Amino acid sequence: MDRMATRFAACKAQGRAALITFVTAGDPTVAATPAILDALVAGGADIIELGMPFTDPMADGPAIELANLRSLGSGTKTAHIFAIAADFRARHPDTPLVLMGYANPMLVRGSDWFADQCKAAGVDGVICVDVPPEEDAELGPALRSAGIHLVRLATPTTDAKRLPAVLEGASGFLYHVSVAGITGKQQAAQANIDMAVQKLKAATDLPIAVGFGVRTPEQAAAIGRIADGVVVGSAIVDLVGSHGDAAAPFVQQFVAALSGALTANSRETAA
Amino acid sequence: MTDTISLPNSLRSQPDASGHFGQFGGRYVAETLMPLILDLEKVYRAAKADPAFEEEYDYLLKQYVGRPNPLYHAARLTEALRKDAPAGKGAKIYLKREELNHTGAHKINNCIGQALLARRMGKKKVIAETGAGQHGVATATVAALFGMECKIFMGAKDVERQKPNVFRMKLLGAEVIPVTSGSATLKDSMNDALRHWVSNVHDTFYIIGTAAGPHPYPELVRDFQSIIGKEIKTQMMEAEGRLPDMLIAPVGGGSNAIGMFHPFLDDTDVAMIGVEAAGEGLTGKHAASLAGGASGILHGNRTYLLQDEDGQITEAHSISAGLDYPGIGPEHSWLHEIGRVQYMPVTDDEALASFQRLSALEGIIPALESAHAIAAAEQVAPTMDADKIIVVNLSGRGDKDIFTVADALGVEM
Ligand SMILES: Cc1ncc(COP(=O)(O)O)c(C=O)c1O
Repeated sequence: MDRMATRFAACKAQGRAALITFVTAGDPTVAATPAILDALVAGGADIIELGMPFTDPMADGPAIELANLRSLGSGTKTAHIFAIAADFRARHPDTPLVLMGYANPMLVRGSDWFADQCKAAGVDGVICVDVPPEEDAELGPALRSAGIHLVRLATPTTDAKRLPAVLEGASGFLYHVSVAGITGKQQAAQANIDMAVQKLKAATDLPIAVGFGVRTPEQAAAIGRIADGVVVGSAIVDLVGSHGDAAAPFVQQFVAALSGALTANSRETAA
Repeated sequence: MTDTISLPNSLRSQPDASGHFGQFGGRYVAETLMPLILDLEKVYRAAKADPAFEEEYDYLLKQYVGRPNPLYHAARLTEALRKDAPAGKGAKIYLKREELNHTGAHKINNCIGQALLARRMGKKKVIAETGAGQHGVATATVAALFGMECKIFMGAKDVERQKPNVFRMKLLGAEVIPVTSGSATLKDSMNDALRHWVSNVHDTFYIIGTAAGPHPYPELVRDFQSIIGKEIKTQMMEAEGRLPDMLIAPVGGGSNAIGMFHPFLDDTDVAMIGVEAAGEGLTGKHAASLAGGASGILHGNRTYLLQDEDGQITEAHSISAGLDYPGIGPEHSWLHEIGRVQYMPVTDDEALASFQRLSALEGIIPALESAHAIAAAEQVAPTMDADKIIVVNLSGRGDKDIFTVADALGVEM
């Protein structure tokens, strides 16, 4: 089993959902990022999503958009992001790392170059917001031949007819975007999430992670009862936004609360 | 480059089934939007095959927009250029008068078509991005005409630069939303329009203002704008009994240009020039994505973009807000690569000079966008024989630009 499958299996064995946390690489600076990533792990994050900043993050709300601009404004280059990833891999050999971002920065030097860099840096998977299954040829083949997971997104508008196309070539886990919208804004009704996850589980054996709009330990716990993973992004990025270079302890404390809520779930189920 | 690309029998048969023009175009959008643009494609195919759709579109273009607009022989401009040209040189210049359309530019041709599609899809709300405000005004206009709710996303900087158009949109019943994200100009207004759309896909139709974005937008915007080229064909046959030798149009995203060029793409004797905004010059700040950019992915399509080595989008600059965009429609990227259309950069200063010259010589104040095409014609006409014919697309009128021009010329108003 690879790092990602191992981690999902371990969480499952503990009767809890995996906690997947997102921060933007280089926010507020390249130098500050390693401590923030360490704080995520120390707080109990199971999988790290590392955002690749882009000038035009069309699918993101204000919180992550500002993080992108802070990062680029402080001079983050693609080379720094792979250095941050490689560094993280050396410090945390067992924690899966997923790069998340937009097509243009990923593909500007060609998909083979990008896949090679991912592999060399110990990146486990990639989420590309604006390469849908219809354009898989841009990115999918290169990642697959490098053994990097291509994590696909399913949304409230992905109907039963379309879902097989999304699942074809998806690996690592399936990311259920719980609201039709941008990151960090609305929050989906729990009943809708439950229904969507059930449908996705019926269609695939991939672990199902739920994200977009998850901001509190309570919400994470509720989603964790049904999904295999819970993704929290904007709420953490907001902490980085307000505490800057000194964000690490605040991030760790918040992630610990999220992790605690998911773990309490498992005790409930066990009891 | 040309001989390594295999060309289709007709250059007018693009895009392919997946929305690609060669390596350009495509559908690079978030999964949430994919089902909607697939649906739009289906609705568009059905509309295209429905005579009632075409009939209503034609009716509105005639009775509401005021088409056909004239193909005007610019005799004084032609003569002025001949005077300084070598003997026997100086092509005859015609202007396609898109500026006489209702709302003062070609943008309305596309808005009418897309509003009809929105209605077919049962959407009662429309949104649009705008730079100069021309597409915003055209969208607000058709929204009023169709009784639809309308939101216009406009960069905060452009809201400041284009106050008269902001007020026009409000008069027409639209809500104007200033966009403060990123560089607060056209590309950011497109980002925010996309953000709003992805959050409101169930009831909202996005009227994209240029021949760019995810498939099928570049195709359908081109088709709606092709009325420009079709009319030129008929009018030129009437006026001269033959096709023109050269077509010239300004290129922002490329909608007026592709609308002019597309009906002529298979007429191999007709040369074409698309004019990009070279701003302060190609070594300074500019908006010429073909001359100074590289292939990349933004706003739903693969096309030429202004970007750095990491694929970050760099800011465009042009004195003309309508050309101030770091990308270009994908069909133009393809036509550039196969060499069918030549693209030529024109600077702010050159456009400003032509803005004044056309006003004084012909009594027509052109939009700054269109002034770029006039400048190109002024450079090219004197190199061509006097029996050659050029048509320039006068894509819009310049009333909206008088403050910008006065400012650039140091005139207090
Ligand atoms: C008069 C006029 N011409 C040209 C353009 C450029 O757009 P496009 O290249 O899509 O025709 C604009 C855009 O606002 C415009 O207002």
